[in-house]
Amino acid sequence: MSIAAACALAPDLLYRQRDAAAEAVACAQIANWAVQFTPAVSLQPPRGLLLEIEGSLRTLGGIGNILEAIRRGAADMGYTVSLACAPTVCAAWLLARAGSERIFAGRRAIRDAISPLPVSVLDCEPRVSETLAAIGARTIGDVLDLPRDGVARRFGQALLDQLDRALGEQPEARVFFTAPPRFDAAVELEHGVTQAEALLFPARRLLTQLAGYLAGRCAGVQQFKLVLEHEDAPATVLDVGLSAPSREAGRFTLLARERLAATSLAAPVIKVRIEAGEILMLAGETGGLFPDPAADAGDWARLVERLQARLGTNAVHGLAPRAEHRPERAWQATARGHRIEPVARRPRPLWLLEQPRPLAEVDSKPRYRDSVLSLIAGPERIESGWWDGADVKRDYFIAQTPDSATLWIYRERRRPGGWYLHGIFG
Amino acid sequence: MSALAAILAHPAVWRGDRLGGVATPGLATGFPALDAELPGGGWPTAALTEILPQHEGIGELRLLGPVLAGLSAQRRTLVWIAPPYVPYAPALQAGGIDLSRLIVVKTRSPKQTLWAIEQALRSNACGAVLAWPERIAWPELRRLQLATEGGRALAVLFRPARAAADASPAALRMSLHTHAGGLAARILKRRGAVLDKPLLLPLQPVVKRNMAAPRNHVVDRPQLPAPAPRIVPAGIIPL
Repeated sequence: MSIAAACALAPDLLYRQRDAAAEAVACAQIANWAVQFTPAVSLQPPRGLLLEIEGSLRTLGGIGNILEAIRRGAADMGYTVSLACAPTVCAAWLLARAGSERIFAGRRAIRDAISPLPVSVLDCEPRVSETLAAIGARTIGDVLDLPRDGVARRFGQALLDQLDRALGEQPEARVFFTAPPRFDAAVELEHGVTQAEALLFPARRLLTQLAGYLAGRCAGVQQFKLVLEHEDAPATVLDVGLSAPSREAGRFTLLARERLAATSLAAPVIKVRIEAGEILMLAGETGGLFPDPAADAGDWARLVERLQARLGTNAVHGLAPRAEHRPERAWQATARGHRIEPVARRPRPLWLLEQPRPLAEVDSKPRYRDSVLSLIAGPERIESGWWDGADVKRDYFIAQTPDSATLWIYRERRRPGGWYLHGIFG
Repeated sequence: MSALAAILAHPAVWRGDRLGGVATPGLATGFPALDAELPGGGWPTAALTEILPQHEGIGELRLLGPVLAGLSAQRRTLVWIAPPYVPYAPALQAGGIDLSRLIVVKTRSPKQTLWAIEQALRSNACGAVLAWPERIAWPELRRLQLATEGGRALAVLFRPARAAADASPAALRMSLHTHAGGLAARILKRRGAVLDKPLLLPLQPVVKRNMAAPRNHVVDRPQLPAPAPRIVPAGIIPL
């Protein structure tokens, strides 16, 4: 039927051009995700995917769990699937293609299962199916009832071979799908998207794929790239980092959401792509026999990731002292969990000002907020750093305001001198 | 009468003349006088605490020193959100805080600060969350108070003293001021009867007695006389 005829019959008809290349890409993407269930995944062009799951039944907790996971994952990626399960690949394919979602084991049941299927599900030339229809063979059962030699003569050996493979009377050799060494998947958007947060939905589909791909390789990623492609502007690349390698789709999605919320788009997005190059082997996580309530490392890593995703990597850091005389260099920002050696110290303030604040001076005594400071300890001379250009020559004192706030101040010994506030004993 | 007694025995009923009951015991403050006045016998967990110092530098952080040191020793994590200055690592370490358990979060706007506080409280991964929000209104405080209730963290907000007049849903509010050279705390709000007398808190002094110099120390010493010229006796060749 032509499109014009179809539209005449149903004016509300929506139609799309079939895109074989896009179908092949989608199949490969699903295969990429399906390697988590079994290493024996093979493509059945144009739109089939065959998984040999007998070896995975025990590991993954039975056929019910596997089918449930496949359905859920496919839905997350935005596909609807027709699933069938049979003792031979060919029979499973015929059943799935016919839309009959049967699940059975045992070779004897194959014949009964595939007999009612229409001949149109068989992979054969149009001439063969026309002839079959002409002689009144409408179902596979009808074809199986025909004499073998006659079928071979009239329709060729290929049809018989296909039926034999379905019944398990002939072995079937398949080429298994091999996952690429790096993950790269994209979703094209039909209309340009201008709201960054609306991109989360397509991104989640890709992240589900990424999680499946990683599970199949027993691996994880510590960072991935979320690339937003525009029509006529350079692509926006968002680097998403994790504090530890992971392969949880939920966690990826959460981080992607934070990054997207903090992004403003320069131009409408027409394509979302996820790239993950550095695939790290991930040992399986082992739960403790007696969980330690005080140890909150897992939650903790997640919190740091979320904060860093929104506020920037440098905004979240640990602290460590450094063996250095100059106060502004006696500390450093580090990654958390850094091992810290104890350093014996003189009294130091809990707060340090990033830039020393000049203090007014009256009768060579420092003043802070209109009141004269009284010096309660000092001086402690710090003179260091002539070798690296950040020369320091100061006399430090501990001072107190009349209302008993304790401050750490110094007198500059280089010209032009003067008093400075450098710390507060909070 | 027995019906009334049954109602009064209900844990959700609080009578104004005693301290409120708390589900989880507090964290010891390190100051017995303060512990005695706080419901739960210490800093409340899973509830918001506000500290309102009169000025900075009077000991508002040293007050929390013992509890922070204790939490970090239990390998609990301490998060400082939007501190006004650089938390100085050598001093924190000298105060007994395990720096490997401490994280500083810097934010660029009040909105980010509130977001980070809420995330930290909801994550259930922190032993203590200390935050210095620039400004915070009642609905936001309420939101944070709800966020703390699910967790077990010590949640402390440092706010300026002028905020004491505003209403707040925090479980504990304490204003700090100096009194006779020491630190005094006034409990503005607690789950219990009003306490109108300030508590004197004996903080560790910043300087030990033997290190302290006399007050109004003379900074500049008088110039020393110039050294005498070197006299070389005749007959000796100087090196």
